[in-house]
Amino acid sequence: MTVTEPAAPAAEAARRVVLEAAGVTMRFGGLTAVDDVSMQVREGEIVGLIGPNGAGKTTFFNCLTGMYIPTEGRVTLGGETLPPKPLKVVRAGMARTFQNIRLFANMTSLENVMVGRYCRTSSMALTSILRGPKFRREEAATRERAQELLDYVGLADSAEILARNLPYGDQRRLEIARALATDPQILLLDEPTAGMNPKETEETMHLIFKIRDSGMAVVVIEHDMRFIFNLCDRVLCLVRGTVLIEGSPGEVQSDHRVIEAYIGGDDDEEEDA
Amino acid sequence: MTSLEKTAGEAPVSRHDRMRSRFGSRAAVLAVAGGALLVLSGLLSWSYDDRVLGDLSIRFYPAGIQIYAMVIGVVGVVLGLLLLRRPPWLDPGRGLRALGYGSVAFVVAALVSIAYQAGGLINVNEGGWVGLLGALLILGAALLCPPEHLDVHSWPRLAGWQEISIIVVLLAVLLFTTAYTLNIDDAATFGCLLVVILTVAIALLGSGFGGYVGFIGQNNRRPLLLAAFLVAFLFPFTQDGSDANMSIATQILIFAATALGLNIVVGLAGLLDLGYIAFLGTGAYVGAMLSQSAFATVGWKPPFVVVMLLGMLVASIFGLIIGTPTLRVSGDYLAIVTLGFGEIFRLAMFNLDGNNGPDLTNGPNGIPAIPDLTFFGFDFGATHTVAGIPLGRFSNYYFLLLLLIAFVILVFTRLNDSRIGRGWVAIREDERAAEAMGVNVFGLKLLAFAVGASLAGLAGTIKAHQDTSVTPDQYIFLESAFLLAAVVLGGMGTVAGVLVGATILKLLPEKARVVNDYRLLIFGLLLVIMMRFRPEGIVPSKRRQLEFHEDDEDLVELAQTEHLEAK
Repeated sequence: MTVTEPAAPAAEAARRVVLEAAGVTMRFGGLTAVDDVSMQVREGEIVGLIGPNGAGKTTFFNCLTGMYIPTEGRVTLGGETLPPKPLKVVRAGMARTFQNIRLFANMTSLENVMVGRYCRTSSMALTSILRGPKFRREEAATRERAQELLDYVGLADSAEILARNLPYGDQRRLEIARALATDPQILLLDEPTAGMNPKETEETMHLIFKIRDSGMAVVVIEHDMRFIFNLCDRVLCLVRGTVLIEGSPGEVQSDHRVIEAYIGGDDDEEEDA
Repeated sequence: MTSLEKTAGEAPVSRHDRMRSRFGSRAAVLAVAGGALLVLSGLLSWSYDDRVLGDLSIRFYPAGIQIYAMVIGVVGVVLGLLLLRRPPWLDPGRGLRALGYGSVAFVVAALVSIAYQAGGLINVNEGGWVGLLGALLILGAALLCPPEHLDVHSWPRLAGWQEISIIVVLLAVLLFTTAYTLNIDDAATFGCLLVVILTVAIALLGSGFGGYVGFIGQNNRRPLLLAAFLVAFLFPFTQDGSDANMSIATQILIFAATALGLNIVVGLAGLLDLGYIAFLGTGAYVGAMLSQSAFATVGWKPPFVVVMLLGMLVASIFGLIIGTPTLRVSGDYLAIVTLGFGEIFRLAMFNLDGNNGPDLTNGPNGIPAIPDLTFFGFDFGATHTVAGIPLGRFSNYYFLLLLLIAFVILVFTRLNDSRIGRGWVAIREDERAAEAMGVNVFGLKLLAFAVGASLAGLAGTIKAHQDTSVTPDQYIFLESAFLLAAVVLGGMGTVAGVLVGATILKLLPEKARVVNDYRLLIFGLLLVIMMRFRPEGIVPSKRRQLEFHEDDEDLVELAQTEHLEAK
């Protein structure tokens, strides 16, 4: 696997903070799934989120994207505090993919990506019925942008194929294209390479680099350690809802507590969602 | 593919083909013989008694039932001959199967009604038995046919004018059949005819003609739409000034327009609404209260165009009021809450009689004596003669309702094919994912509710004038259930399906007393059967079909190819 150059540390401080989570806590009744987690993500940075099953990674994602309302804590995007509503979070510029693929199975690839454009387009009922020039322009632009994004993730030839008929790896990439269609500043990927073979994993890695190079920030949850340590500029390890360690891939990799958490732990709670 | 694989793959196929052709030719002989017998039976006497099912007793003078037998026979012969030289996009075997079962059912029904009405099977003459034999032969032929794989890529492309003429001929046949069917008064004959029409239709659709006709329709959308409206427009001219069928036709159109509105809510947005009739009622009450009727409770008498807009507006406001709290629940809960709101509407109309609250509706008496519409001096109540054919009151309303339906279809299809339509599909597929992708789920659901309600409200304002009175008991839960049945039966998310569903549900009770007496039982059974064998409805939308058959790989493949062809 190719090892790529992480973003130069000197420039890091100068970059704008895109996403900031401060003291995010999520309790379900007596269970504290996420406990006082703070995180900063800068422009053009790839941050990895690792941790054993049940550590609260996906729950943390759900708190960030407004799918859960955090019990405590604050999430800000580009300086603005995000309301815990998925819709407003997407409009503000944060998009995500899902651990278990959640494409619109009976729509074509192109249509899936076009749905992603929904929040960046505006024609409503009357415009759609009257079909004026504005409507047609917007439809054409939506279609064109969706096709561009399919090209971007390497699905140019699959535009008219139903999402359910795509091979597994392509479905993951289509989810990324759909998320990109919302014009995000930051992209949250929940296990983007789960179930992929090594070749597909490497393609996905290059795709994520390409996205990063376009200036977007990326947060990745992953269990494939080789993948995450090659990909990320910074890694957070969550264990039982709290941040165990945060640092460069090298630091995290060599930390004995991380290894303990994965191998030696007695933590076998199931992850909630 | 290597040559080795090729030979290995081909050997069993060719044996299969040999077997297939042997059985195929036997089946063809049987089918042609059966068809010929049915045609022959049409020329023979079916009944000793000449008062049953029209007059079937005279030889070589086919009437009613006998002509239907001959039609089935001809279709049987054609399908049988097609078995010998099968185009790859056709499977006559499937058609023969439907034709076989249908024709047996038809002949048996005819024989039973002869025996029942004339007193005993002894009254059945030789023609009936020949017909039965023919029907059984066709069924036998069908059972011999192995199922074929349809190759949808090989549809022949014809020149544009040829395809358009096929459409025109089909629609002309449709117009003729409709006019003919509607003019039959005898319930038994009507029932037999329906069996025959369904049999022939299913046989032709099932054998692959349906897909081909759909393909042609896809290629010529505009001519198809225009021709369909032309046919609908010409229908009153086939009625010789009689208002009996036109009255039914107007009822069907109102019912269909309302069901199409409901289809936006149910079929497109995927929300189960069991109180939808309330919106039709809202429109009707607005129309009645602002009408010239002496019993109208509001003094203001605006022109009807204003009334229509107000009806839409008030209904959509009601939709928003009902939708805002209820759309936070989903699925079964939504169904129950909307059902409750439907009843609240009826009870409110029942009680707004001046004793409890303001007098808006005259309570249970409703608002009677609503005068006919007049547009620029055109009186909808009067009979107008066009080209020597008198067109009565209901024909006038029919034309107005045709415009209404056109408008509703326009709204339906354009919304479906837009950003909003995509949002609705996304919500149906995965609501949480849709929301996480920035689709305004709540807003779109509310929009579906409001648009659906406004279309029903619009239909209601016209209905008030056509029915001449508006009472609360016209807007009971059962009507909501029938609307929903029309949508589910016809096909959620399609226009053609709902038109078919609405026609079936309104026409059958009007034409056949038996159906009217047991309509709940019959429609209930019909729905159960549909849910078992074709949950996506008579004319399904491709996407809905996929949703209902998640694991049918053939269907997925077919949908995929058709999708590609359509582009």
